[in-house]
Amino acid sequence: MNPLIEFQGFNKFFGQHQVLKDVDLAVQAGEVVVILGPSGCGKSTLLRCLNGLEEAQGGSLRLDGQELLGPDTDWRQVRQRVGMVFQSYHLFGHMSVIDNLLLGPLKVQKRERHEAQAQAEALLARVGLLDKRDAFPRQLSGGQQQRIAIVRSLCMNPQVMLFDEVTAALDPEMVKEVLQVIQGLAREGMTLLIVTHEMAFARAVADRIVFMEAGRILEQNHPERFFTQPQTARAQQFLEKFSFVESLPKTLSKPLHKELS
Amino acid sequence: MASSGIELLLVSLPQLAMGAGQTLAISALGILFATLGGVLYGVLATLGSRWLNILLQVYLELFRAIPVLVWLYLVFFGLPIFFGLSIPSFWCAVLVLGLWGASEVGEVVRGALQSLPRGQREAGLSIGLGGWQLYAYVLLPQALKRMTPPTINIYTRIIKTSSLAVLIGVVEVIKAGQQIIERTYESVLIYGALFLFFFLVCYPLSAASRVLERRWAHA
Repeated sequence: MNPLIEFQGFNKFFGQHQVLKDVDLAVQAGEVVVILGPSGCGKSTLLRCLNGLEEAQGGSLRLDGQELLGPDTDWRQVRQRVGMVFQSYHLFGHMSVIDNLLLGPLKVQKRERHEAQAQAEALLARVGLLDKRDAFPRQLSGGQQQRIAIVRSLCMNPQVMLFDEVTAALDPEMVKEVLQVIQGLAREGMTLLIVTHEMAFARAVADRIVFMEAGRILEQNHPERFFTQPQTARAQQFLEKFSFVESLPKTLSKPLHKELS
Repeated sequence: MASSGIELLLVSLPQLAMGAGQTLAISALGILFATLGGVLYGVLATLGSRWLNILLQVYLELFRAIPVLVWLYLVFFGLPIFFGLSIPSFWCAVLVLGLWGASEVGEVVRGALQSLPRGQREAGLSIGLGGWQLYAYVLLPQALKRMTPPTINIYTRIIKTSSLAVLIGVVEVIKAGQQIIERTYESVLIYGALFLFFFLVCYPLSAASRVLERRWAHA
């Protein structure tokens, strides 16, 4: 089967600085790929290139067999097939929740209002926010806003969803509600590309882990193998940093004999 | 004296009203073109095109560096000489006020658009909005709150500056007042009336601007 998404020899520069180096990555339809790596390794940039928010400088990027790196690409079409959710939600602050959700379906896809609205309300109910239908973004918590942002992308009926550190700006107790929504999509068989620092989540949800550093993919592996037996020293180092807190030795208490004597 | 003053005002009223009508017409049209042109300028300035930005910068600096009065003379006396184009003085005033106002309003619109978080643009693009849809549905409505108070202040400046049109022969409210003074020598009374006229037109605007600024300070 041909991959749904295929990066080949993909290069991206910011000025003189090369942020993506010769990236090869193929994602099958229905696959959940989690991209891990230290800050600045290019993982977010990779997602943004797939949505046309960043322009690539070389190589090839195909979506469903169609080459995207060329002057003829209609990014408006591509973006309807590739949904993207951002770290800071970016809901449209001057619109109610339902208007946020319907903007794309009505103005871009020119769909019937009652049909699009029925879908939006069903999705809202699914993420437990139907009662916030007419609320404004500023009245919602971060976790609620992020779930709405996910629904906003889903309302376009995309083939792929991109998640760019979507829990990084949230309080810990709100992370769960957002991750549950993403896991639900994974269970349904949606194709997902996820950039995250939630290691336990990555392990639970991924079909495959992609580890990047300094603009290159260093390792691709099944999550269990990646987390138990990383193949590269750099990945091992990276994982050790995350397990550091868990394995932190208890601070030794002051000797007790002073009180005893 | 007091009664004769009021009598004079009453007698002069039709003439003053004609002038006031001209002033208001020039101002309203100038404000209309300044607003339309300013929004266009603001949108063009945030598209990220280098050549466009240089062009807009030149336009802006020309209107910042050269007094409006000089522009009025340039258009009124220059166009017929250099291009054989003769425009009535009323429309010259509208044109210059509109172009000058557009550069001022344009900078306000540009600033308001640029102060929006970059993520708004990206979120709009990511659901497939096209260029003009992005501005019409996402960016301009959110910039509106930030740009309205300073834009209203520019409107009052356009109204006040419209008085320069007298120098290219438009019989607006000040010219009408001067004609009455030439006839009656009642300069204090007439200029007092002019003072009141401009105050009554401009003060509500600047008060509205202040109220909106305070109300939207947290938006």
